Amino acid sequence: MDNRERILAIVRKSSDQTTTPDPDESLFDSGYLDSFALPDMVSELEREFGIKIPDADLNPRKFESLAKIQSYIESRM
Amino acid sequence: MAAIKAFGAYLPSRIVTNRELAARLDCEAEWILDVSGIEERRYADPEETVASMGVAAARECLDHAGIKGTDVGMILVSSGSSARRFPGPASAIAHALSADGIPAIDLPMASAGGLFGMALAAQLTVTHGNVLVIASEKMSPIALREPMERGVTPLFGDGAGACLIGAGGPVGIIESVLHSDGAFAEDLRLDFDAPLAMNGRSVIMQASRKIPSAINEVLEKNTRTAQSVKVFLMHQANQNLMDRVARALDVEAARFYSNIQRYGNTSSASMSIAAADWWRDPGPACGDLICFAAFGAGFHWGALLAEAIG
Repeated sequence: MDNRERILAIVRKSSDQTTTPDPDESLFDSGYLDSFALPDMVSELEREFGIKIPDADLNPRKFESLAKIQSYIESRM
Repeated sequence: MAAIKAFGAYLPSRIVTNRELAARLDCEAEWILDVSGIEERRYADPEETVASMGVAAARECLDHAGIKGTDVGMILVSSGSSARRFPGPASAIAHALSADGIPAIDLPMASAGGLFGMALAAQLTVTHGNVLVIASEKMSPIALREPMERGVTPLFGDGAGACLIGAGGPVGIIESVLHSDGAFAEDLRLDFDAPLAMNGRSVIMQASRKIPSAINEVLEKNTRTAQSVKVFLMHQANQNLMDRVARALDVEAARFYSNIQRYGNTSSASMSIAAADWWRDPGPACGDLICFAAFGAGFHWGALLAEAIG
Protein backbone atom coordinates (compact mmCIF):
# COMPACT_ATOMS: atom_id res chain seq x y z
CA MET A 1 0.00 0.00 0.00
CA ASP A 2 1.24 3.49 -0.73
CA ASN A 3 0.96 6.30 1.80
CA ARG A 4 -2.33 7.60 0.39
CA GLU A 5 -3.93 4.17 0.74
CA ARG A 6 -2.63 3.77 4.29
CA ILE A 7 -4.06 7.17 5.21
CA LEU A 8 -7.37 6.38 3.54
CA ALA A 9 -7.65 3.17 5.56
CA ILE A 10 -7.16 5.15 8.78
CA VAL A 11 -9.70 7.79 7.78
CA ARG A 12 -12.23 5.06 7.02
CA LYS A 13 -11.54 3.35 10.33
CA SER A 14 -11.80 6.59 12.31
CA SER A 15 -14.99 7.66 10.57
CA ASP A 16 -16.71 4.27 10.28
CA GLN A 17 -17.24 5.00 6.60
CA THR A 18 -16.30 2.87 3.60
CA THR A 19 -16.49 5.46 0.84
CA THR A 20 -13.52 7.37 -0.58
CA PRO A 21 -13.36 11.16 -0.24
CA ASP A 22 -11.75 13.24 -2.97
CA PRO A 23 -8.13 14.11 -2.16
CA ASP A 24 -8.90 17.78 -1.50
CA GLU A 25 -12.37 17.30 -0.03
CA SER A 26 -12.78 18.57 3.53
CA LEU A 27 -13.10 15.56 5.81
CA PHE A 28 -14.94 17.79 8.29
CA ASP A 29 -17.47 19.31 5.91
CA SER A 30 -18.19 15.95 4.28
CA GLY A 31 -18.85 14.30 7.63
CA TYR A 32 -15.91 11.89 7.72
CA LEU A 33 -14.41 13.42 10.83
CA ASP A 34 -15.97 15.14 13.83
CA SER A 35 -14.21 16.71 16.80
CA PHE A 36 -13.75 13.37 18.53
CA ALA A 37 -12.83 11.24 15.52
CA LEU A 38 -10.01 13.67 14.71
CA PRO A 39 -7.77 12.88 17.72
CA ASP A 40 -8.47 9.16 17.20
CA MET A 41 -7.29 9.49 13.61
CA VAL A 42 -4.15 11.37 14.63
CA SER A 43 -3.24 8.62 17.11
CA GLU A 44 -3.74 6.01 14.40
CA LEU A 45 -1.54 7.98 12.01
CA GLU A 46 1.23 8.06 14.61
CA ARG A 47 1.02 4.32 15.09
CA GLU A 48 0.79 3.48 11.39
CA PHE A 49 3.70 5.68 10.30
CA GLY A 50 5.82 5.38 13.44
CA ILE A 51 6.01 9.11 14.00
CA LYS A 52 5.31 11.44 16.92
CA ILE A 53 3.14 14.41 16.00
CA PRO A 54 3.99 17.28 18.38
CA ASP A 55 1.13 19.07 20.12
CA ALA A 56 2.12 22.28 18.32
CA ASP A 57 1.21 20.61 15.03
CA LEU A 58 -2.22 19.50 16.21
CA ASN A 59 -3.96 22.06 14.09
CA PRO A 60 -7.16 20.72 12.50
CA ARG A 61 -6.32 22.46 9.23
CA LYS A 62 -3.30 20.20 8.79
CA PHE A 63 -5.63 17.20 8.78
CA GLU A 64 -8.54 18.59 6.82
CA SER A 65 -8.18 16.48 3.65
CA LEU A 66 -6.41 13.35 2.42
CA ALA A 67 -3.95 15.49 0.47
CA LYS A 68 -3.11 17.68 3.47
CA ILE A 69 -2.69 14.68 5.75
CA GLN A 70 -0.38 13.00 3.24
CA SER A 71 1.66 16.17 2.80
CA TYR A 72 2.07 16.56 6.54
CA ILE A 73 2.86 12.91 7.25
CA GLU A 74 5.47 12.73 4.51
CA SER A 75 7.09 15.91 5.89
CA ARG A 76 7.54 14.09 9.21
CA MET A 77 8.95 10.85 7.76
CA MET B 1 1.99 18.07 54.00
CA ALA B 2 -0.79 20.10 52.41
CA ALA B 3 -4.11 18.32 52.60
CA ILE B 4 -7.63 18.56 51.26
CA LYS B 5 -9.93 19.20 54.20
CA ALA B 6 -13.34 19.53 52.58
CA PHE B 7 -15.34 20.35 49.47
CA GLY B 8 -18.59 22.24 49.00
CA ALA B 9 -20.80 23.11 46.07
CA TYR B 10 -23.73 25.22 45.06
CA LEU B 11 -26.03 24.65 42.11
CA PRO B 12 -28.89 27.00 41.20
CA SER B 13 -32.34 25.48 41.47
CA ARG B 14 -33.54 26.10 37.93
CA ILE B 15 -33.14 23.00 35.77
CA VAL B 16 -32.88 23.54 32.01
CA THR B 17 -33.41 20.39 29.96
CA ASN B 18 -32.08 19.52 26.53
CA ARG B 19 -35.62 19.63 25.25
CA GLU B 20 -36.00 23.26 26.31
CA LEU B 21 -32.77 24.29 24.56
CA ALA B 22 -33.27 22.10 21.49
CA ALA B 23 -36.44 23.97 20.67
CA ARG B 24 -34.45 27.24 20.59
CA LEU B 25 -31.50 25.82 18.68
CA ASP B 26 -33.32 23.86 15.97
CA CYS B 27 -31.79 20.54 16.97
CA GLU B 28 -32.84 17.35 18.74
CA ALA B 29 -32.55 16.89 22.50
CA GLU B 30 -31.04 13.46 21.86
CA TRP B 31 -28.35 15.01 19.66
CA ILE B 32 -27.21 17.23 22.54
CA LEU B 33 -26.98 14.17 24.79
CA ASP B 34 -25.09 12.21 22.14
CA VAL B 35 -22.42 14.85 21.48
CA SER B 36 -21.90 15.90 25.10
CA GLY B 37 -23.35 13.42 27.60
CA ILE B 38 -25.39 16.29 29.04
CA GLU B 39 -29.07 15.78 29.87
CA GLU B 40 -29.72 18.97 31.81
CA ARG B 41 -27.91 21.91 33.37
CA ARG B 42 -28.69 24.58 35.98
CA TYR B 43 -29.23 28.27 35.23
CA ALA B 44 -28.85 30.93 37.90
CA ASP B 45 -31.61 33.43 38.58
CA PRO B 46 -30.95 37.02 37.46
CA GLU B 47 -30.12 38.10 41.01
CA GLU B 48 -27.60 35.29 41.53
CA THR B 49 -24.00 36.25 40.75
CA VAL B 50 -20.61 34.62 40.50
CA ALA B 51 -19.91 36.01 43.96
CA SER B 52 -23.18 34.90 45.58
CA MET B 53 -22.86 31.36 44.21
CA GLY B 54 -19.23 31.27 45.31
CA VAL B 55 -20.25 32.31 48.83
CA ALA B 56 -22.86 29.54 48.98
CA ALA B 57 -20.32 26.89 47.89
CA ALA B 58 -17.73 28.27 50.32
CA ARG B 59 -20.16 28.16 53.25
CA GLU B 60 -20.96 24.51 52.56
CA CYS B 61 -17.24 23.74 52.32
CA LEU B 62 -16.49 25.53 55.62
CA ASP B 63 -19.42 23.72 57.27
CA HIS B 64 -18.00 20.37 56.12
CA ALA B 65 -14.59 21.33 57.48
CA GLY B 66 -16.08 22.56 60.76
CA ILE B 67 -14.41 25.97 60.61
CA LYS B 68 -15.49 29.59 60.12
CA GLY B 69 -14.51 32.20 57.56
CA THR B 70 -12.36 33.85 60.19
CA ASP B 71 -10.24 30.68 60.31
CA VAL B 72 -9.25 31.06 56.65
CA GLY B 73 -5.87 32.64 55.84
CA MET B 74 -6.29 33.16 52.11
CA ILE B 75 -8.98 32.93 49.46
CA LEU B 76 -8.43 32.12 45.78
CA VAL B 77 -11.39 32.56 43.42
CA SER B 78 -11.35 31.33 39.84
CA SER B 79 -13.92 32.47 37.33
CA GLY B 80 -14.01 33.07 33.61
CA SER B 81 -17.46 34.60 33.76
CA SER B 82 -17.14 37.49 36.18
CA ALA B 83 -19.64 40.27 35.56
CA ARG B 84 -17.08 43.09 35.35
CA ARG B 85 -13.43 43.80 34.59
CA PHE B 86 -12.60 44.70 38.17
CA PRO B 87 -12.80 44.13 40.99
CA GLY B 88 -13.22 40.40 40.62
CA PRO B 89 -15.44 38.44 43.00
CA ALA B 90 -12.71 37.39 45.44
CA SER B 91 -12.87 40.39 47.79
CA ALA B 92 -16.69 40.40 47.86
CA ILE B 93 -16.71 36.68 48.66
CA ALA B 94 -14.16 37.18 51.44
CA HIS B 95 -16.26 39.99 52.88
CA ALA B 96 -19.42 37.86 52.84
CA LEU B 97 -17.54 35.12 54.67
CA SER B 98 -16.37 37.58 57.38
CA ALA B 99 -12.82 37.02 56.14
CA ASP B 100 -11.93 40.67 55.56
CA GLY B 101 -8.27 41.54 55.77
CA ILE B 102 -6.83 38.31 54.41
CA PRO B 103 -5.56 38.21 50.81
CA ALA B 104 -8.39 37.34 48.42
CA ILE B 105 -7.05 36.73 44.95
CA ASP B 106 -8.89 36.39 41.65
CA LEU B 107 -7.82 33.83 39.07
CA PRO B 108 -9.58 34.85 35.84
CA MET B 109 -9.25 31.40 34.33
CA ALA B 110 -11.99 29.40 32.66
CA SER B 111 -12.16 25.62 33.06
CA ALA B 112 -8.71 24.97 34.55
CA GLY B 113 -8.91 27.70 37.20
CA GLY B 114 -10.16 25.41 39.96
CA LEU B 115 -7.26 23.02 39.48
CA PHE B 116 -4.70 25.83 39.30
CA GLY B 117 -6.18 27.27 42.51
CA MET B 118 -5.84 23.94 44.32
CA ALA B 119 -2.24 23.53 43.17
CA LEU B 120 -1.34 27.05 44.30
CA ALA B 121 -3.15 26.59 47.60
CA ALA B 122 -1.10 23.47 48.33
CA GLN B 123 2.02 25.67 48.23
CA LEU B 124 0.52 28.72 49.93
CA THR B 125 -0.88 26.85 52.92
CA VAL B 126 2.67 26.85 54.35
CA THR B 127 2.53 30.63 54.80
CA HIS B 128 -1.22 31.28 55.02
CA GLY B 129 -2.74 28.32 56.85
CA ASN B 130 -6.16 27.36 55.59
CA VAL B 131 -6.57 28.38 51.95
CA LEU B 132 -10.09 28.38 50.54
CA VAL B 133 -10.24 27.75 46.78
CA ILE B 134 -13.51 28.75 45.16
CA ALA B 135 -14.53 28.32 41.53
CA SER B 136 -17.75 30.00 40.46
CA GLU B 137 -19.25 30.46 37.03
CA LYS B 138 -22.38 32.06 35.65
CA MET B 139 -22.13 30.74 32.10
CA SER B 140 -25.79 30.98 31.10
CA PRO B 141 -25.79 34.65 29.98
CA ILE B 142 -22.73 33.83 27.85
CA ALA B 143 -24.18 30.62 26.44
CA LEU B 144 -27.45 32.35 25.56
CA ARG B 145 -25.77 35.34 23.91
CA GLU B 146 -26.85 35.75 20.27
CA PRO B 147 -26.02 34.32 17.84
CA MET B 148 -26.43 31.07 19.74
CA GLU B 149 -24.70 27.97 18.36
CA ARG B 150 -26.00 24.48 18.95
CA GLY B 151 -22.41 23.31 19.40
CA VAL B 152 -21.83 25.78 22.23
CA THR B 153 -25.03 26.90 23.99
CA PRO B 154 -26.17 23.51 25.35
CA LEU B 155 -22.80 22.67 26.86
CA PHE B 156 -22.74 25.16 29.69
CA GLY B 157 -24.39 25.54 33.07
CA ASP B 158 -24.02 27.65 36.20
CA GLY B 159 -22.65 26.67 39.59
CA ALA B 160 -19.86 26.94 42.11
CA GLY B 161 -17.51 24.64 43.97
CA ALA B 162 -15.13 25.16 46.86
CA CYS B 163 -12.22 23.29 48.37
CA LEU B 164 -10.43 23.93 51.66
CA ILE B 165 -6.74 23.13 51.72
CA GLY B 166 -4.68 23.26 54.88
CA ALA B 167 -1.69 21.77 56.62
CA GLY B 168 -2.31 18.16 57.57
CA GLY B 169 -5.44 16.13 57.10
CA PRO B 170 -6.79 12.82 55.89
CA VAL B 171 -6.27 13.44 52.16
CA GLY B 172 -2.72 14.60 51.48
CA ILE B 173 -1.73 16.39 48.29
CA ILE B 174 1.23 14.53 46.84
CA GLU B 175 2.10 16.74 43.88
CA SER B 176 0.69 18.71 40.98
CA VAL B 177 1.81 19.57 37.47
CA LEU B 178 0.62 22.73 35.72
CA HIS B 179 1.18 23.86 32.13
CA SER B 180 0.22 26.76 29.87
CA ASP B 181 0.68 27.31 26.14
CA GLY B 182 -0.62 30.38 24.36
CA ALA B 183 -0.14 29.00 20.85
CA PHE B 184 -3.84 28.19 20.65
CA ALA B 185 -5.16 31.06 22.79
CA GLU B 186 -7.49 32.23 20.03
CA ASP B 187 -9.20 28.85 19.76
CA LEU B 188 -11.20 29.26 22.97
CA ARG B 189 -11.89 32.78 24.13
CA LEU B 190 -14.51 35.14 25.44
CA ASP B 191 -14.06 38.69 24.25
CA PHE B 192 -15.92 41.54 25.96
CA ASP B 193 -19.59 41.64 24.97
CA ALA B 194 -19.09 38.92 22.35
CA PRO B 195 -20.32 35.34 22.10
CA LEU B 196 -18.03 32.56 23.27
CA ALA B 197 -15.64 31.69 20.42
CA MET B 198 -14.65 28.03 20.34
CA ASN B 199 -12.77 26.02 17.74
CA GLY B 200 -14.14 22.73 19.00
CA ARG B 201 -11.88 20.56 16.85
CA SER B 202 -8.75 22.27 18.14
CA VAL B 203 -9.93 22.23 21.76
CA ILE B 204 -10.82 18.53 21.70
CA MET B 205 -7.65 17.57 19.85
CA GLN B 206 -5.42 19.43 22.30
CA ALA B 207 -7.35 18.33 25.38
CA SER B 208 -7.34 14.69 24.25
CA ARG B 209 -3.55 14.76 24.26
CA LYS B 210 -2.68 17.17 27.04
CA ILE B 211 -4.91 15.82 29.82
CA PRO B 212 -3.63 12.21 29.65
CA SER B 213 -0.10 13.58 29.28
CA ALA B 214 -0.40 15.67 32.47
CA ILE B 215 -1.97 12.79 34.38
CA ASN B 216 0.81 10.45 33.29
CA GLU B 217 3.41 13.08 34.18
CA VAL B 218 2.24 13.48 37.78
CA LEU B 219 1.80 9.72 38.19
CA GLU B 220 5.24 8.86 36.77
CA LYS B 221 6.93 11.48 38.95
CA ASN B 222 5.54 9.60 41.92
CA THR B 223 6.03 6.08 40.56
CA ARG B 224 2.30 5.44 40.40
CA THR B 225 0.17 4.12 37.54
CA ALA B 226 -3.21 5.13 36.20
CA GLN B 227 -4.49 1.69 37.16
CA SER B 228 -3.68 2.42 40.82
CA VAL B 229 -5.91 5.52 40.91
CA LYS B 230 -9.23 5.02 42.70
CA VAL B 231 -11.01 7.94 41.07
CA PHE B 232 -10.25 10.62 38.52
CA LEU B 233 -11.99 13.91 39.27
CA MET B 234 -11.70 15.82 36.01
CA HIS B 235 -13.08 19.05 34.62
CA GLN B 236 -16.53 18.07 33.37
CA ALA B 237 -16.12 19.41 29.85
CA ASN B 238 -17.76 16.71 27.79
CA GLN B 239 -18.52 13.05 28.53
CA ASN B 240 -17.00 11.97 25.21
CA LEU B 241 -13.75 13.72 26.13
CA MET B 242 -13.64 12.07 29.56
CA ASP B 243 -14.20 8.67 27.94
CA ARG B 244 -11.32 9.31 25.53
CA VAL B 245 -8.99 10.37 28.32
CA ALA B 246 -9.85 7.15 30.17
CA ARG B 247 -9.12 5.16 27.03
CA ALA B 248 -5.80 6.92 26.52
CA LEU B 249 -4.81 5.98 30.07
CA ASP B 250 -6.08 2.41 29.60
CA VAL B 251 -8.48 2.59 32.56
CA GLU B 252 -12.21 1.94 32.57
CA ALA B 253 -14.34 5.02 31.94
CA ALA B 254 -16.27 4.42 35.18
CA ARG B 255 -13.18 5.45 37.13
CA PHE B 256 -13.71 9.00 35.85
CA TYR B 257 -16.42 10.34 38.13
CA SER B 258 -19.06 12.13 36.10
CA ASN B 259 -21.98 14.38 36.94
CA ILE B 260 -22.02 16.21 33.63
CA GLN B 261 -25.38 14.61 32.84
CA ARG B 262 -27.03 16.76 35.54
CA TYR B 263 -24.99 19.96 35.55
CA GLY B 264 -23.39 20.34 32.13
CA ASN B 265 -20.03 22.07 31.79
CA THR B 266 -19.74 24.63 34.59
CA SER B 267 -16.27 25.68 33.40
CA SER B 268 -13.77 26.15 36.23
CA ALA B 269 -16.38 25.17 38.85
CA SER B 270 -17.06 21.73 37.40
CA MET B 271 -14.12 19.85 38.89
CA SER B 272 -14.79 20.92 42.47
CA ILE B 273 -18.55 20.39 42.04
CA ALA B 274 -17.79 16.83 40.89
CA ALA B 275 -15.37 16.42 43.79
CA ALA B 276 -17.99 17.65 46.27
CA ASP B 277 -20.45 15.08 44.91
CA TRP B 278 -17.89 12.26 45.05
CA TRP B 279 -16.65 13.30 48.51
CA ARG B 280 -20.25 13.01 49.74
CA ASP B 281 -20.75 9.53 48.28
CA PRO B 282 -18.73 7.35 48.29
CA GLY B 283 -15.90 9.61 49.45
CA PRO B 284 -12.27 8.78 50.10
CA ALA B 285 -11.20 5.68 52.00
CA CYS B 286 -7.76 5.10 53.48
CA GLY B 287 -5.26 4.31 50.74
CA ASP B 288 -7.33 5.73 47.88
CA LEU B 289 -5.32 7.55 45.24
CA ILE B 290 -7.27 10.49 43.78
CA CYS B 291 -6.27 12.30 40.61
CA PHE B 292 -7.65 15.71 39.65
CA ALA B 293 -7.22 17.02 36.10
CA ALA B 294 -8.37 19.97 34.01
CA PHE B 295 -7.84 21.71 30.69
CA GLY B 296 -9.14 25.04 29.52
CA ALA B 297 -8.85 28.27 27.59
CA GLY B 298 -5.32 29.59 27.35
CA PHE B 299 -4.58 26.76 26.96
CA HIS B 300 -3.95 25.92 30.62
CA TRP B 301 -3.94 22.33 31.86
CA GLY B 302 -2.62 20.10 34.58
CA ALA B 303 -3.18 17.35 37.10
CA LEU B 304 -2.99 16.99 40.88
CA LEU B 305 -2.43 13.77 42.78
CA ALA B 306 -3.75 13.20 46.31
CA GLU B 307 -3.93 10.21 48.61
CA ALA B 308 -6.28 9.37 51.48
CA ILE B 309 -3.97 8.58 54.36
CA GLY B 310 -6.30 8.36 57.30
